[in-house]
Amino acid sequence: MQLGRVVGRIWASVKNPGLEAQRLLLVQPVTPDLSASGKVVICTDCTGAGSGEVVYWVRGREASFPFQPGEVPTDATVVGIVDELHVGGGGA
Amino acid sequence: MTLGRVVGTIVATRKDARLEGHTLLIVKPVTPDGKEEAGYLIAVDTVGAGNRELVFTVGGSSARMASGCKDKPVDCVIVGIVDGVSMDAAR
Repeated sequence: MQLGRVVGRIWASVKNPGLEAQRLLLVQPVTPDLSASGKVVICTDCTGAGSGEVVYWVRGREASFPFQPGEVPTDATVVGIVDELHVGGGGA
Repeated sequence: MTLGRVVGTIVATRKDARLEGHTLLIVKPVTPDGKEEAGYLIAVDTVGAGNRELVFTVGGSSARMASGCKDKPVDCVIVGIVDGVSMDAAR
């Protein structure tokens, strides 16, 4: 998975049936220090993430798993909203 | 999924039989604020996208989950025509 920040959304009335009623978020991949890294990606969402929130998202075929048994044609899905993020620091 | 603009079409008479009857479009990836990105995609169209329309594509093996593409040799499918893009001001 990768970290990201929700930076917007898109909407489409004409789309593949499998995408009906799916939120389509624009997610900017970020590094653990929350700086942008890479291209903005369109993600489906199963968490209700709002704009500006730090999330993590999954890529590839697994992106459709949260919507099973439905067949949602997506290759990127937000699967979690980050509450806290710790990098480095003491301990193992 | 990737945002893109339809910039052309492909006609192929000699192709895998399972691609019969599918429209093949050339898509140029673009950023949410409309700037063109590198590269081009050949995508199967499942929504009737027209030339210059803003669309979004799904790639990889998830592309075969788009309706009509179940057992087809495709890894890029246009799954929606974009009506609007809204970006947060704070970006």
